Formats: sequence, structure tokens, C-alpha cells
Amino acid sequence: MGYDHHFEQLKNIVRAYLPEDVPEGAIGEDSNFVNELNINSANLVDIVLDVEDAFGIRLENEDMDNMQTVRDALNIVAQKLQDKK
Amino acid sequence: MNRRVVVTGLGICAPNGVGLPSFFDSMLHGRSGIKFYQELADLGFGCQIAGQPEIPESLKESYFTSLQLRNLRASGIVYGVMAGTDAWKDAGLEKAEKDRPDWDSGIIFGTGILGIDKLRESIYLIDDKNTRRLGSNSVMQTMASGISAYLGGILGCGNQVTTNSSACATGTEAVIMGMERIRAGKAERILVGSCSDSGPYIWGGFDAMRILPSKYNGNPQQASRPMSANASGFVPGSGAGAMVLESLDSALERGAKIYAEVLGGATNSGGQRGLGTMTAPNSEAVQRCIQEALVDAGVEKWEVDVINGHLTATSKDAEEIRNWSEALGRSGKDFPYINTTKGLVGHCLAAAGSIECVATLLQYREGLVFGNQNCSDLHPEILKLVDASKIPLKSIAHRPKIIAKASFGFGDVNACVIFNEYKEI
Repeated sequence: MGYDHHFEQLKNIVRAYLPEDVPEGAIGEDSNFVNELNINSANLVDIVLDVEDAFGIRLENEDMDNMQTVRDALNIVAQKLQDKK
Repeated sequence: MNRRVVVTGLGICAPNGVGLPSFFDSMLHGRSGIKFYQELADLGFGCQIAGQPEIPESLKESYFTSLQLRNLRASGIVYGVMAGTDAWKDAGLEKAEKDRPDWDSGIIFGTGILGIDKLRESIYLIDDKNTRRLGSNSVMQTMASGISAYLGGILGCGNQVTTNSSACATGTEAVIMGMERIRAGKAERILVGSCSDSGPYIWGGFDAMRILPSKYNGNPQQASRPMSANASGFVPGSGAGAMVLESLDSALERGAKIYAEVLGGATNSGGQRGLGTMTAPNSEAVQRCIQEALVDAGVEKWEVDVINGHLTATSKDAEEIRNWSEALGRSGKDFPYINTTKGLVGHCLAAAGSIECVATLLQYREGLVFGNQNCSDLHPEILKLVDASKIPLKSIAHRPKIIAKASFGFGDVNACVIFNEYKEI
């Protein structure tokens, strides 16, 4: 379960929260959730819950604050999975 | 400034019909939307029947984005958004463009309690010390103004966007509030209406009060019997009705079709004084409300030719008829035609007034008066006041002119609106 696989999983989660006029292809590793993908900031809470369920981890408030881009999210996921080992 | 206000759009999500064509057909042919629900039986309800709109999942997708549908557990929002969006479309109006709200259009869409299933789910999570798992949408689905907020966002309305609440008078009150705002020149168009959730957590309290019929679980369609000698309580219902109210100037400028004119209305309360209580109406207040509505509309008592009553199928029906009779100073064959929508849909609580206003307004389009259901055995006290010919049991051809529609609610609150056939003056 490497980084690329995590990216695909995350993309599947984020896709559901995109506004209708943002295509799925817009999701890149450097995409900022709110500023670039136009995701409603309230929905970041839901993305966090979906990520927790998908990866079997728990994200704290500070993790959410640090989660600005897709890459941030992937790094946090990788770190949490590492911590679990 | 006292501008004329007309109705240019209708939308409906009723137990006996979702969408205008289906609802009209049911009203015309006396098709009931009341059914037995196993869930209510399993929960030990005395009254195991209810009126509830049937909405296939696929239909929801044409009103909500897939994101909005995720974790959506507020049936009132589903009904209200469907009826409201339909009314907007029926009026020939478009959603506002992406970057600019329509400043002249607003929403007054009432409810009683919203998103009760969502609230229940949230309470379980909180009690389980799992508040963080509520996600982002618990607030917007359970705040009373969730319905006007959803509609406001979908349509892009930039005028007043609010939710009113006056128990079973809510829907009719919304029509009056919208009319007043347009009359005063503060808006050109207001989407008015109301919605009410479905399910045991909405209806349970009424079952506990023992004001619902418990002897009709085997024959639900006969249970809702307004004006009948055998009326034994109201059948709980749910759904939503919606109307686009518009200044006559705006309607004419757009070349919109006009269902009817909203001539006037009044709201008041009996103050829970005299014979009025939290749950029973003060008759003096009811009569004043009707009379004040007529004055507001500039209509004489003899001009009313059709009434759509509140008439819930309780022992209070005869008292309501007496109030109409005394307020209008009319009885026997001189009494207007009167009907009630509740025989076919039950009492849709906060949604009742708006669903019944939509039924009332469809009568103008079709040139008829809808028939009454389950009251061939009219209550003897009612027959003393009104000639039976004025309580049609089947839909009759009659072009309505002035229709009075009233709704009364817990808290001793009343609302009466006066419609007129639209005439160029």
C-alpha cells in the first residue's frame, strides 16, 4: 500500500465533495482543497471523517489545520499509518 | 405603497401526489394518500396509519447534487426543496446566475421541526461520546431555517430568506407574510410555503395525546373524516406545498401565467384566553381573524363563494363551521361551498396550510371545487348550520371567485388568506 495507492484512495474520497463545475481531473497532489478545488471549508470535516474510515486512523484538530493540500493529507496519512506500526 | 400580489407558480409534494399533475388527479378523483405503516405498528402506536409522500431515490437526484444527498436525513428538506424548486420552475423563473443573487426574490418557507431523523442520529452519536463524527451537515439539516437555507442556495435568492413557524397555521401564515412583503414594495417575488418531516418521531407526541384515530388501522383510507359524525381524530401527514407570489407588475412584465390574486389576509391569536388554550382555539379570535382578512382584502362577507377550511377531523370541526357561519353571517343554502383537503392527505401539520393552499389555487385553474372525502355521514351539528349541498362529496364544476382559506394551530394561533380569481382592472 504505497503513496500512489493512497493518492487514488484519497482522490476517490475528495471527488464526492467537488463542486459541480470542478472536474475530477483537477485533483493533483499540489491541489489546495479550498482555494483550488473550491471545496466548501465545512466539507473538510467530512473529508477528514472519510479519510479516518478509509485508512483506519484518527485525525486530530491540528492535523486538520495542517491539511491544506492533497499532499499534506497524504503525508499525514502516511505518518499516522507509520505511527500505528 | 399597496401593490397587487398574484400567484404565478405552484409546487407540491403531498401524500397523494408528488408534482402538480399527480396531485391534481388525486384531488379530482378523491384518491387518498393515507396508508398503514408497519413501522408505526412495530413501535406500538395506537394510530398506525399516516399520509406520507412517496419519493423514489432516483427522483431526488434531479433536485439535489450527489453531495447534498450524502447523509441527507431530513425528509422535510427533501419535500420542501422538491415543491419549492417545482414552483419556481412552474412560474417560469430561472435559478440565479453563479455570481449574482436575485436581489428581488426571497423565500419565506416555514416548518415545525426539521430534520428529526438527523437530530436523532446526532443525539445518539453525542451520547456515545462521538460528537466529532457528526460531520458538517447536522446543523444545516436540523436548524428550522434549514429549508429556506437550502432553497435560498439552490435558487440564489438575495431578498429576505427566512422560516416562519406557527404550528399548523405555518403554511398559510407564510403566504400572508410573503404577500405583505411584496405589497410593501420590499420584494418582487417570494417563494412561500412550508414543509413537515415524516415519521414516528414527528407523530409520536400526537399519538400520546390520543388525538389520532386508532380504529382505522385496517382501513386507512376511511380514517380521515373531517366533518363526519364519526370523525375520531386527525390522521398525521407530512409533505410540502410551495407557491411563487409575485407583484402583479413583475408578473405582467414577464408574461407569467397567473393562477389567482392574493387579495389579503390576517393572522392573530386567541391569547389562550377565554375558551382558547394551548391546544384549543378561542372562537372569538378565529372569527376576528376571518373578518380581519376580509377587511384587509376589501371583500364583503357575501362575496366569499368557496372556503377551504382547517377541518382536521376532530370534535372541533363543528365549532369551526360555526365560527365560519358567524364570522360571515351566513348559513344554510347561503353558506359558501366548503371543502377540506385533509380527507385525502391527513393533517400534514406544518405543511398543511401550504399543501391546502396549492389545492385551493388549483381550483381556479380548473374551474372546479374539489369534493370532500369520508363525510357522507355529515355531523348533525354541521348540518344545522350548512346545507348539505354546500359540502360537495365529489368535485363539482364551479368557477371560484373569492376563496377564503384558513389554518389554525397549537398556541391558539390563526391565519386566514383571501384569494380572488385574477381580473385585469
